[in-house]
Amino acid sequence: MSEMAATRDGYGQALLELADNPKVVVLEADLGKSTKSLHFKNKYPARTISCGIGEQNMLLTAAGLASSGYIPFASTFAIFTERAFEQMRNGVARPDLAVHLCGSHGGTHTGTDGSSAQSIEDLAIFRTLPNVVVMHPSDYISTLELTKQLPELNKPSYMRTARNNTPVMYRGRESEIVIGKGIILRQGTDVAIIACGVLVSESMKAAELLAEKGINATVVDMHTLKPLDGDLIDSLVSQCGAIVTAEDHNVIGGLGGAVAEHLVTNKYAPLEMVGVADRFGESGQSDEMLEVMGLNSKYIEQAAQRAIARKS
Amino acid sequence: MTLSISELEEFARKCRVEIVKMVYRAQAGHPGGSLSEIDLISALYATRMRVRPQQPKWEDRDRFILSKGHASPGMYAVLAEMGFIEHEDLHSYRVLGGKCQGHVDMKWCPGVDFSAGSLGMGLSFGLGCAIAARLDNSQRRTFVMIGDGELQEGSVWEAAMAAAHHEVGNLKVILDRNRIQNDDFCEEQMRMFDIPAKWRAFGWEVKEIDGHNMEDVMSGLDFLEATNNKPAILIAHTIKGAGVSFMENNPSFHGAAPNDEQFAQAMLELGEVIA
Repeated sequence: MSEMAATRDGYGQALLELADNPKVVVLEADLGKSTKSLHFKNKYPARTISCGIGEQNMLLTAAGLASSGYIPFASTFAIFTERAFEQMRNGVARPDLAVHLCGSHGGTHTGTDGSSAQSIEDLAIFRTLPNVVVMHPSDYISTLELTKQLPELNKPSYMRTARNNTPVMYRGRESEIVIGKGIILRQGTDVAIIACGVLVSESMKAAELLAEKGINATVVDMHTLKPLDGDLIDSLVSQCGAIVTAEDHNVIGGLGGAVAEHLVTNKYAPLEMVGVADRFGESGQSDEMLEVMGLNSKYIEQAAQRAIARKS
Repeated sequence: MTLSISELEEFARKCRVEIVKMVYRAQAGHPGGSLSEIDLISALYATRMRVRPQQPKWEDRDRFILSKGHASPGMYAVLAEMGFIEHEDLHSYRVLGGKCQGHVDMKWCPGVDFSAGSLGMGLSFGLGCAIAARLDNSQRRTFVMIGDGELQEGSVWEAAMAAAHHEVGNLKVILDRNRIQNDDFCEEQMRMFDIPAKWRAFGWEVKEIDGHNMEDVMSGLDFLEATNNKPAILIAHTIKGAGVSFMENNPSFHGAAPNDEQFAQAMLELGEVIA
């Protein structure tokens, strides 16, 4: 059994490792135990600001701190970041203040809390904001590394993490993880699967299923949705000629949308999108949700076959 | 800066003239709330704010957050009078590429520390500035001006609760209680009942003044500066459109420009001779 861990724990660990920088401050909205900022709070209470259950105030308090030279990391559930969307838009993105917002428990993978907690639109809405960098890492190590790079970014950011465990893939490969650069996890020439978050490991499984049928797939971890690694996508089009995207997010506006926008204005290849089919989820275990929403390796494999069939 | 009451009144009068001129030139904007707030902002900047107009990003400056950012002409007039910007810059109000954007914007105008335009946001932003000052062990203060219609935004009360919880005593709020909002009188749009009692219940120090009586304004600012452990709010009772008779208490001039005839009358009333 491979090592398993939750990306939210990578975020929590990163905050601890960033604490040597006295300008790093943490803001919570009564979900620090869940988003994992609690470790920072326990060790550095003076630099942790409890905002109670008030996400709108949290985002703008963070903006005020950023305007005064601090590097604020604010977190809550992905779904509740959406409540403060206009604060993120007008108070953070517009003045280009380097507030780092983390939404944990994203996607249907969140599971039994049900549809009210399963953010399937966070990546789409934050991607529409000028200045904002949008990330959705796939494993503990990449979440840790990407979070640690944020103070140097000097731009506002949104990162989605997940509640439940996913395979740890990047131990010993930390240097490969850079904001804005997709990572090729597996090389093939028949089809390229571009995935983010919890569906990266599902895409690797799909590539195994395809290999059993003699189909060689490339798998890319596109942990940064914005800015999108367009050079990498262009090279995938040249090498594979067919693209699949995979995300635990609405097919509208997320990774699939971002890749589609790139393809139609650059080198083109047929695209199949695996994602939530513009509907809400329900209570269920993570693996059950990926099955019922049509997101697991089986569906990714089928999408790959469809994309290949569409090659001209 | 030490100014006498009559000098402060003259400072505010000049700003009133600029407010009306800006809105008249642009044929758009928000004169009513600019005229109601102007005595307060004038006195605040002219006598209290620790700022360096030639060094607007000086780290230890006091912050002024205009949360009711539509009332930008008032702030621009004061910034020009203080020397942050030139009086010429006031001609750029609502003009493409201008420092004086429709709503005050920190990316565009020297001396502006908050990009406003959406109500209910400035108090939280000011709270962040005030917490930062405390973390820095700095004596700088954060003053936030909010409007009364703005109190209908729930996020104001998130910030009010958080400021008291964290005992952010270096956060000082001025409420421009002009009783009119965009569509109508506040009393018609959404009754707010006992506003001072609400703030006291949230854990704030509260004082009420006449926001157009300069002696009252100065004592109100003394109150804001004197408080320490608790956040403080100065509730300034004002008249929307104050100083221009036909704009006073007239909801139509929340967001409308005077025509030629009205402009001439306003200049006359404000003691300004136009060539």
